Order: sequence, then structure tokens, then C-alpha cells
Amino acid sequence: MFHWLEQRPFFFTIGVFMVVAFAGLIEILPNFAEASRPVVGTKPYSILELAGRQVYIKDSCNACHSQLIRPFKSETDRYGMYSLSGEYAYDRPFLWGSKRTGPDLHRVGNYRTTDWHENHMWEPTSVVPGSVMPSYKHMFSNTVDVETAYAEMVAVNKVFNVPYNKPIKMKDGSTTTVKLPDSLDEAKQEILKEAKEIVKDMKNQDVKDMVEKGEIPEIVALIAYLNSLK
Amino acid sequence: MGEQSQQTAPIQYDYTVAKMFLVSTILFGIIGMGIGVFIAFELAFPELNNLFGEFGTFSRLRPIHTNGVAFGFTLSGIFATWYYVGQRVLKVSMAESKFLMTVGKLHFWLYFITILLAVVTLLSGLTTSKEYAELEWPLDILVVGFMVLWGISIFGLIGIRRERTLYISIWYYIAAFVAISMLYVFNNMELPTYFVTGMGSIMHSVSWYAGTNDALVQWWYGHNAVAFVFTTPIIAIIYYFLPKESGQAVYSYKLSLLSFWGLMFVYLWAGGHHLIYSTVPDWMQTMGSVFSVVLILPSWGSAINMLLTMKGEWNQLQSNPLIKFMVLASTFYMLSTLEGPIQAIKSVNALAHFTDWIPGHVHDGTLGWVGFMIIAGIYHMTPRVFKKEIYSKKLIEIQFWLQTTGIVLYFSSMWIAGITQGMMWRAVDEYGNLSYSFIDTVEVLHPYYTMRAIGGAFYLVGLFIWAYNIYKTFKCGRELSDKEINVNASPMAS
Ligand code: HEC
Repeated sequence: MFHWLEQRPFFFTIGVFMVVAFAGLIEILPNFAEASRPVVGTKPYSILELAGRQVYIKDSCNACHSQLIRPFKSETDRYGMYSLSGEYAYDRPFLWGSKRTGPDLHRVGNYRTTDWHENHMWEPTSVVPGSVMPSYKHMFSNTVDVETAYAEMVAVNKVFNVPYNKPIKMKDGSTTTVKLPDSLDEAKQEILKEAKEIVKDMKNQDVKDMVEKGEIPEIVALIAYLNSLK
Repeated sequence: MGEQSQQTAPIQYDYTVAKMFLVSTILFGIIGMGIGVFIAFELAFPELNNLFGEFGTFSRLRPIHTNGVAFGFTLSGIFATWYYVGQRVLKVSMAESKFLMTVGKLHFWLYFITILLAVVTLLSGLTTSKEYAELEWPLDILVVGFMVLWGISIFGLIGIRRERTLYISIWYYIAAFVAISMLYVFNNMELPTYFVTGMGSIMHSVSWYAGTNDALVQWWYGHNAVAFVFTTPIIAIIYYFLPKESGQAVYSYKLSLLSFWGLMFVYLWAGGHHLIYSTVPDWMQTMGSVFSVVLILPSWGSAINMLLTMKGEWNQLQSNPLIKFMVLASTFYMLSTLEGPIQAIKSVNALAHFTDWIPGHVHDGTLGWVGFMIIAGIYHMTPRVFKKEIYSKKLIEIQFWLQTTGIVLYFSSMWIAGITQGMMWRAVDEYGNLSYSFIDTVEVLHPYYTMRAIGGAFYLVGLFIWAYNIYKTFKCGRELSDKEINVNASPMAS
């Protein structure tokens, strides 16, 4: 049979394709519905958080940081409760990472604060001597692209039914909703409002001035995102 | 072997496209690995991150390194050898078909532009974040474009072949084409947000899959990108160039059959080993482990087949530096295909995952196996496509030893670093509390990061020697007659 195949490139190629595709069919398909269900307490990202997530991606923080706490005591002691599948239901793309040059960040919002991040992102070694993390000073002057963040919100709501404007069950039994602004203008107001909340706890005067002028520095959005990781 | 020198004499092979890809292999090799060495030094000396503002940080540059070496250097090497090997084992010249010639040139230019655009977009922070699939959707379309052109080139050439039976190398090229295309398309399914909303950046997209699903598809892709960029086409290369250079017939046809179909079937299952102890279902993690271990069989099948091809001719290892490259490449292939399965065992993975042992593993495969095979293949091609004697054998020897030392420094430092870090993360004191804060586990790595960077620099210097040697061959190598070219061992001046 093999010798026959070797003289018939068409059937050979079909054969290769079938053998190669087989594993994907069996492994990937059955899991799809199951894995995408959110657990209680998981809510979609707000506009500022989403903009911050885009900053996290733009600067590939995932090259050095994981967001996946494995179910070992040594990890839960260090980072908190191990990660659950449903917590990632609104993560497009997922940001688990594959390398921990720095610590896991999946629950960093539980134990680091806005002002800590502000100092650390400006110059990591000033907070943690010996750190090999780059300093990200450019985030204090670059601004985020609000329109693209809003576009992403609208798109995932429309296409993937991400539940904006819908009641979401929280762990303590209460419900909450994450608002999807109706228009770009409203989105700009909303993101500014959220940014002002963050900037309250920051010291950098340039950043404060920018927000006062209605601009959103990358660092503000990034910190909002990091704070949301719980 | 599928050809004999007497029979091939009448066919005049046309290496125009092979030469173009030969140049891009060297170019992207130097760029991709140059950046790799730079970011390795950044981990050892973090102040380097500030050299070029936001464009010089480890995190911005790392995707350019990985894409640069995987899709720049390696794909170029694969394409360069395809446009050389394909004609020869199918016994048909590119010059016989205007159409295929045009397709080949288009293939090169579309590919070349895509890689240049990749560098520019990644540098400016346009990335999907999914490893080895970072390119944003417009570039994905270009990638599909050049893959289709490669497909036309493969099947077009096969369509007009004179040799009816497909030689082993051709199996592997076909497999690489089929699998890369399938994986790339599925993993890069993304929704460009602009088209849904009419707002924001036209370049931006979100993944079609969310969370755990996205991870599953990503590592089904990520692992098999390794398989079908770094393994199958490189096996295609060794199955051609080792027998050619040594003048030995492939040791066993049956073993090559078994290894080929075994590899095809098993590889795709193994992706789950990237997700051990993650939130994907347990049974998949175990499947990933088990199939990874089974993968040793077909991997070692190919490697042993290659080593046994040298049976009785081991003296060539001393006389011919290209044989050195290829034999050591097979050996590194065996090493990394043993190491991989070991890391896929759950208890080992618990220790090794997220540590530097993983990049260590990747690099003994990529530098030792992929890099060495492409270097040797291109060296073998050089006198044949330029009809000139290789400029310097001595330089090849120096390159070989420099790069081998570099690889050993690289992987030994990363093994130690990874295991040290993994052990420290989990170490507890007599009360059961964690012994080390995270930063302790970072600081301890400094000497290993330095050693790794130096190892990488050795390898990079080797690449410069390679480029220089080929450039000198092209510029001032001694012209060869047809008779001098149609021999086994590549002609080289001492
Ligand atoms: C070169 C690797 C590297 C990159 C890239 C990197 N980090 Fe880090 N990060 C580290 C290291 C090492 C530490 C631990 C030492 C420290 O706290 O500075 C760390 C620590 C942190 C911490 C503190 C976590 C904790 O639990 O104490 C946060 C938050 C953080 N990084 C965020 C980021 C963000 C956001 C980015 C992307 C803009 C990023 N990092 C990019 C290496 C990196």
C-alpha cells in the first residue's frame, strides 16, 4: 500500500491530511462547549480594563508572566486560589503565557495596589532590587486607542454574546452589570470616568495632567487591568 | 538515492529561486538570532532594555526573535532546499515550466515582504499575543498567500516529474505543507473588530476562541508548528543531503516508512503536554503525556536511520565538516526528542513548566538540529548552485566548533537554571512555608543567564562566518567544471 501511495501524490496527500487531522478532531471538538462557560463571579472587562489588556498584549507582558495558577500548594500559597476554566470565559485571546521569568499575575489584583504598580512599572528595580523586568516609562506618555477598545467591546458583544448590560452573578450572591456604552462619545466619557478613579491613587503629575485634559495614558489603563485580575 | 550523476547530466536544473531563498536564509538567520542574543543579554543585564525606548524591551523584541528564526530563517531554509532538492529528486527542471518559475519567484517576493512587514508590525506592538502566531490578521492572509504559492510549486513540480516514485524527502515536504497550512488557518481564526463595528484600528482583531478553548487550539498549533516547521521539513533536508554528501544509501527504507507514518499520526496528539495542570480536561493532559512518550519511537526511527546510513563510513566524520554538522544534528535531534517526552511526564512537567528548562529544550532542538541541518544543506548547495568551490574548509571547521560550544553552553546553563528555579519555587521551610520570595529565584539565575547569552553569541558568530564563507565562495571561489560538481563530498578549498 505504501509503495502504491508513493507513486500517487494526490492520494498520498489526502492520506497525510487525514492522519494529521485526526487528533485535532478527537481532542479539540468535544471540549468546546464545556470550557467556555463562565464561573460565578466572572464578569466581562470594562472599557478601561479592556484598553489596559490591549496594552498588556501590545507590550507582550505574557512573554515573562503567566496567568495560570496550577493546583499545587506551593502555587496557591504564593499566588492564591488555583485557576478555573470558567474564569477565562471572556479572555480573547487567552494570556496564560508559557514562561515565568516574572511571577504569575492571574490574581495580582488581590495583593498589589495602584501606587505599587505606578512605581514598579516606572522602574521595577526601585521597588524590587534585582528585578530583571524592563522599565516601561513610555506607558506614562503614550495614550491608549479608546476607539479600538470600544470596537472590541462592541464586536465581542455582537458576535460572541459577551454579556454586557446584563446582570451577572457575583460570589457573594449579589449581581452586577458591566455597561457597554451606546456610542463612541459615551465610551470616551465612560473611560475617562474610570481613569479618574485610578489616577486618584497615582502621583505622577504628567499622567494626572493628561487625564485632566481628557487623554488616557497607557499606564492608567494597564493598572486598571492589573487591578481587575483577582 | 533517487539519482545518479550520469543520469542527471542532461537535465539542467534552474536554481534561480533556490538562490533567492538561500540569501534570505542567511539574512533572516542573522537578524533573528542577533535579536535573540540581544534579548538574552537583556535578561542578564536588564539596563539594556532602555537602549531603544519602547522598541528595545525584552517583551517587544521577543516575538521578533521567535518569528524571525521560525518563519524567517527556518522557512527560508526549507524553501531554499525545496527549490533545490525538489527538482533533483523529481528529475525535472524549473526551467521547463515558465509557470512554475513565475510561481516560484512570486512565492519568494510575497514571502520576503511578509517577513519584513512582520518585523515592522511586531516592533510597533501589533501582535495577537499567541505564541508563534503573533502576526495580525492582514499578515496572516499574506502567510496563507505564500503557503498557497508553495503548494502550487510543490504539486506543480510533482505534476511534471519524470521520476514516478516520490523520494522520502518529498513525503516530508508534502506533510509540512499540508500540516502547516491546516494548523495556521485554524489557530489564526480571528475577528477583525473594525469590520464588525466600523471603528478603531483596522489591524486589530480578537481570537475566535475564548480562554481555555483558545489555549487548546493555540497549543495544538504551537506544538505542531514545532513538528511541521522544525521537524518534518528538516527530516526532508537530512534525507537528501546526508546520503548525497556521504555517498551512502539510506540505511533502511522500511524504517523511513515506519518513522514517517508514525510521526504523522502521533505528533498531533502531543500538544496537550503544554497544558499539563492547566484548566483543560485531565484526560487531554494525560493523552498529551502518553503520546509524547510514544513520539520517541518515530523520532528516533528517523535519527537512527540517518546515523546508520553512515555505517562503515565514520571516517568521513573526520575528513568532511559537513558530515560533522549533519551527524551532530541527528544526535541533537535524538537528545531533544528524548528530553521533550521527559518534560511531558506529569511529575517532571510540574517542575519544569514555566522555567528556563523549556527554552533550553527548544534551543538544543533548534540550534543543534534545525540550525545545523540548514547550515549544512546550504553549504552543500553552494558549490552546486554557484558552480564554485567553497571558499574555505577551515572556516567551516571553526564555525562548527564555535557553534557546538555555543549550544552546549546554552542548554547546560538553561537546564541548571530551570531546575534550580523550579526547585526554589516549591521549596518550603520547617514550618511548611515557602522558603523563597520570587525575586530570590530571579537573582540566582544571573550567572546562568550570562552564560546562555555568551553561548548564543558564539552561535551567532558562527552564522557570520557562514555568511562570510558563502559570500567569498560566490565572489572569488574557484570555478568548477560539471565533472567536479557531480561528486558526493562538496568541493571545498582548504
Ligand atoms: C523580562 C521579563 C519581564 C517582562 C517582559 C515583564 N515583567 Fe513583570 N516582572 C518580571 C520579574 C522578574 C518580576 C519579579 C520582580 C519584580 O517584582 O520586579 C516581575 C514582576 C511583576 C509584577 C509584580 C508581581 C508580584 O506578584 O509581585 C507585576 C505586576 C508585573 N511584573 C507586571 C508586568 C507587566 C504589566 C508587564 C508588561 C508591560 C511586565 N510585567 C513585563 C519580569 C518581566
